[in-house]
Amino acid sequence: MIPIFQRKSVLIPLSLGILLILTALNLAMGSVNIPIAGVVDIVTGKGSSNVIWENILLRTRLPQTIVALGAGMALGVAGLLMQTLFRNPLAGPSVLGISSGSSLGVGFVLLVAGQVWGFSFSRLGIWGDLAIITASLGGAFAVLALILFISHKIGGTLSVLIIGVMIGYLSNSVVGVLKFYSMEEDVHNYVIWGLGSFSRMSVDRAYLFAMITIVPSLLALFLSKSLNLMALGDRYASNLGLKIKRARLLIILCAGTLTAIVTAFCGPIIFIGMAVPHLAKLVSRTSNHLYLICNACILGAATALLCNLLARLPGMESELPINSVTAFIGAPVVISVIWKKRKENF
Amino acid sequence: MNKNLLHIRNLSIGYGSKIVAGNLSAIIPSGELICLLGSNGTGKSTLMRSICGFQPVLGGLILIDNQEVHQLNEKELSKQIAVVLTDRVVVPNANVQELVGYGRSPYTGMLGRLNAADKIIVARAMEQCGIAHKKDSLLTSLSDGERQKAFIAKALAQDTPLIILDEPTAFLDLPARVEIMQLLRDIANTSGKSILMSTHDLDLALQLSDRLWLLQNGGPLITGSPEDLLLKNAFQKMFQHKGVVFDNKTGLFKVMHTQHSQVAVKGHGFEYVLLRRALSRKGVRLVKANPDDSNRLEVNKDAPKPFSLYVDDQCIQSEDSVEVFVNRVLAAKSLLEVQSESRVLSE
Repeated sequence: MIPIFQRKSVLIPLSLGILLILTALNLAMGSVNIPIAGVVDIVTGKGSSNVIWENILLRTRLPQTIVALGAGMALGVAGLLMQTLFRNPLAGPSVLGISSGSSLGVGFVLLVAGQVWGFSFSRLGIWGDLAIITASLGGAFAVLALILFISHKIGGTLSVLIIGVMIGYLSNSVVGVLKFYSMEEDVHNYVIWGLGSFSRMSVDRAYLFAMITIVPSLLALFLSKSLNLMALGDRYASNLGLKIKRARLLIILCAGTLTAIVTAFCGPIIFIGMAVPHLAKLVSRTSNHLYLICNACILGAATALLCNLLARLPGMESELPINSVTAFIGAPVVISVIWKKRKENF
Repeated sequence: MNKNLLHIRNLSIGYGSKIVAGNLSAIIPSGELICLLGSNGTGKSTLMRSICGFQPVLGGLILIDNQEVHQLNEKELSKQIAVVLTDRVVVPNANVQELVGYGRSPYTGMLGRLNAADKIIVARAMEQCGIAHKKDSLLTSLSDGERQKAFIAKALAQDTPLIILDEPTAFLDLPARVEIMQLLRDIANTSGKSILMSTHDLDLALQLSDRLWLLQNGGPLITGSPEDLLLKNAFQKMFQHKGVVFDNKTGLFKVMHTQHSQVAVKGHGFEYVLLRRALSRKGVRLVKANPDDSNRLEVNKDAPKPFSLYVDDQCIQSEDSVEVFVNRVLAAKSLLEVQSESRVLSE
């Protein structure tokens, strides 16, 4: 009945395999290619005779890979949650205005600090990094709190969506004003932050990041029943016994937290959160979020790793900004899905 | 068996401070199919939504199983009332089996997984609604009628004593309407569930429902079995519109055409009825021909060309097509028209 390439029993192991291969490639490939055997030796702690390899792997590629894995997972899940909650195929983690809140927070630190105290945060090294992360989290959670408050007071899924988008515009315009009055160097730093990167962290911090992204991503599995019902519309969901307000609050809280964390550590990563849910629905022909969330985890991580790999293709000396690559991967996915859906519905 | 499942007492419905309809009282006995009828804008949907607990009532009581609907929480209510809405929801990727499975949500655990008993109930619901053969089809690939059956199966799987459907036949063609109504009739008969549906299909409602609720503009609600309501001439009062007449005998509406002229005719039978219909649409009424009507129409059902036009007692044209003949009659209308007011309408 169901074609072999659409069966869960085939597709989930298949995507897991692809994820594994992409992880290995991310570790092995780059401006210096390291054989897989060497990679395995170094990562498992056996050590290697080649100190350069060890340095490259442990200082650069391993944290980058772990961060890409965690960020991709978190964004994929957050995007799926938003698309289901708002019943809109173009929704993504950014629709709530949370990443805009982050940008605003970071904008204040990077752009205003230079003006007021006469120095650039980027010269502060590790403390500068921490300041940016703190500012980003501050901005994101401020917006999240506002959205949750509005969702609780007003209700109505559509109004939450509209207010989220409006908050995004407002933050962008404030950032625009800040940029206009800032020093060139600060603006440059801000732009670089906005292009996103998986390589801002040491190995230790990468592990911490993985913890705080992967755990809430998997916790989203407990929202799967609510999400299944929300997909039917508010009235059907409530008739089937769902407490709509509470479910909506939890879904926004989960997606918002994931987005806030990823944006704080990697900058605003675009398109992964919008494209991955479509891939997840393509892989399993199901509306059950128990499976869709698993798919979004696996495919989100795989997509982020693929983008990371493409950003530093062998033979290239420097890296491309990650957001340029994600757009090139993500946009065709979204376009093809919308195209296909158009044919299906009419 | 025939206890009353739902009571509505002195209910006022509406939005905010605006009352759409008030002074509503009715009952739903167990195992009955009930149709809610009323013109657009009388508050049918508002009444349905109020009973489902989707919106607060402005006064009065709705009791299901002796508990007030608006006192029950979502979980408790989900085991009393299942709904089928008019909203066209698009659920990405959902197939029929999954949709019907979501009907079990009030009974499943945190992750919403179905156990063996749930799966049997889901299969039985799909079977009863005649949609089992499509269980793996995507909802988006179904016809409107099949979609409706899938949503009815979902409501069945919810296993509630009352199912409420908001215009379930609205987007369907005639055969599908009849099929859905018969399906609901069958569910009420075999499962003992009560079904309340709103509809505009008065003829089907009269034939298939146990009880009708007629919602007047602003209230009250007139309720009773179709036959009792016919006996009380309830429909004529309900649908007082220009140009429409309710025929008590057939339970159908007849369109009253405005007649501008009268033409004499001789004859009877099926062909005659057809000619009368066609001419009535054009504003021409047929009256019985007097012997002295030299200009007249004649219908002779045994002739090869049954429709004849007589001028001065001479047959000037015969036709076998009603359309052609009607056009001919209209062209010669000034010649044929009879003025007298005392003419007998021919039956």
